[in-house]
Amino acid sequence: MRISDELIGYICELSRLELSEDEKEGRKKDLTDILDYMDKLNELDTRGLPEMTHPFDAANRFREDAPANGDRRQEMLANAPDRKGDFFKVFKTVE
Amino acid sequence: MDDIRSMTALELGGAIRAGTVGCAEAARAYLDAVKEFDGDIGAYISVFEDEALAEAEEAQRRLAAGGLGDSPLFGVPTAVKDVICVKGRRTTAASKMLDGFKPPYDAHVAERLAAAGAVMLGKLNLDEFAMGGSTETSYYGVTRNPWDLSRVSGGSSGGSAAAVAAGLAPYALGSDTGGSIRQPSAFCGVTGIKPTYGSVSRYGLLAYASSLDQIGPIGRDVWDCAAALAAISGKDRRDSTSVMEAPFDFSGVREGAEAAVSLGTPYRGFKVALPKNYFDAGLSEDVKAATLGAAREMERLGADVEETGIPLLEYAVPAYYIIACAEASSNLSRYDGVKYGFRSEKAEDVLGVYYKSRSEGFGTEVKRRVMLGSFVLSSGYFDAYYKKALQVRGLIKRAFDEVLGKYDFILSPVSPTVAYKIGGQIEDPLAMYMADIYTVSLNLAGLPGVALPCGFGEGGMPVGMQLIGGAFSEPLLVKAAGIWQSVTDYHKKRAKVLGNGI
Repeated sequence: MRISDELIGYICELSRLELSEDEKEGRKKDLTDILDYMDKLNELDTRGLPEMTHPFDAANRFREDAPANGDRRQEMLANAPDRKGDFFKVFKTVE
Repeated sequence: MDDIRSMTALELGGAIRAGTVGCAEAARAYLDAVKEFDGDIGAYISVFEDEALAEAEEAQRRLAAGGLGDSPLFGVPTAVKDVICVKGRRTTAASKMLDGFKPPYDAHVAERLAAAGAVMLGKLNLDEFAMGGSTETSYYGVTRNPWDLSRVSGGSSGGSAAAVAAGLAPYALGSDTGGSIRQPSAFCGVTGIKPTYGSVSRYGLLAYASSLDQIGPIGRDVWDCAAALAAISGKDRRDSTSVMEAPFDFSGVREGAEAAVSLGTPYRGFKVALPKNYFDAGLSEDVKAATLGAAREMERLGADVEETGIPLLEYAVPAYYIIACAEASSNLSRYDGVKYGFRSEKAEDVLGVYYKSRSEGFGTEVKRRVMLGSFVLSSGYFDAYYKKALQVRGLIKRAFDEVLGKYDFILSPVSPTVAYKIGGQIEDPLAMYMADIYTVSLNLAGLPGVALPCGFGEGGMPVGMQLIGGAFSEPLLVKAAGIWQSVTDYHKKRAKVLGNGI
């Protein structure tokens, strides 16, 4: 499958990545090669077969919604790239 | 000091309990060796010298007070792949994205190691976010192979395997999503176990592909690996896929293996599958010769080795990369430059924070896989790629279940070649992916595998073989690997390149 400029732009948008022109050309080439190789799966007839998302059937495990942690605000904020007081600082998200 | 580093982890644990080696003395021996030799290898990203010595002193006090002296690894130093969170200690995933990140909590396995009395030496190098097979994509530099510094250590747990091979850690933890414990173990001449999916909690493991990831041990022999696996396995309520009620119990397995060895035909009663199609074109002659030689030796020692085939081998790599990249694109969406990790200085608005932080923070291979994953999950392509791969995953699991219904284990190569030269393949991503042909199926099917040395190949480099068993068959695999290591000494050969006397 050929990856067009338009498609690479769309994939970048989905991935929240911006690439240089060189990077774009590189990814166009290697994603094309890789997807061509992945098309090998089409040799197999899988119509009607189940989709295996996990090695075994696991059910979600529920627990009581009771707080088990103390106030760890400062620990959580310690890794923040930017903060203001007790908050994560980000650019304005609504006008 | 070299006496300490020449011991297996269990021997060192025994010496510590017997009082002939002190906990601090053991930690010191390894910390000194890391200082002296790791500049050439590059196995460690972070070394926690002061903390390790403090932990060793504390372990010594607990031992003196009679506490936990029954843990076989008590007081023994260790180190973990740098995707495993240790509270308050730098954890990078070998990425610029997490440079300086200090987790506010311990991974389940870090808690379990601490409870077992382990002393944490540091964090080990890997391919960025565990994506790669050579530890060349690390932001912190390559990890060199202790057997030949011009070659790769494998990946993605290259730092873990190289540290054990070079005597810079008695044993280590790695993680395996598509071969990342087994392939570097084979490349570095050490032993590694990829456990059954669900046997070791992933809580605190930086996620790559959640339905495939599993933490496991790397050691100098399978008994060290089994001791570490017993310590880290079992139920954890914080990982809903942690399904094993109790930790693995390997008690009596070693005695059983040794008794079998003393009888002369230790593999009697073992039914071994030798998948003929795994040894066809594409496998290098040296790996083929060593692995088939091991099969013949097992047969001579009583095993019933049968040639068979496991279908769908050629579909495993494409199915794996579709699924792994899809899960990676979702898992890595959390790295947005807001709550932790790298934030670009160049961003001028909220979307810019995401775009620029991710574009500057991730390396090429991570970007490639995130893009591939976003693509196969995107509307219009989801059915053709992602859904298709999930269906093929089911077929592959069924093929393995069928073979493992008839045999105790499958004997297979780990990697098509021995460790190759640094820079030799990294520019060709598709060739890198295809080299995972023998390892990815186990992750797709959730099965356990042991990689262990079985000979030497091109350039005198170690060759590893892989024993693949049914889900939760680790005790049987450990016994089979233990018998092998009782009757051979490939695992006792040490990398000579450093002249470090171990």
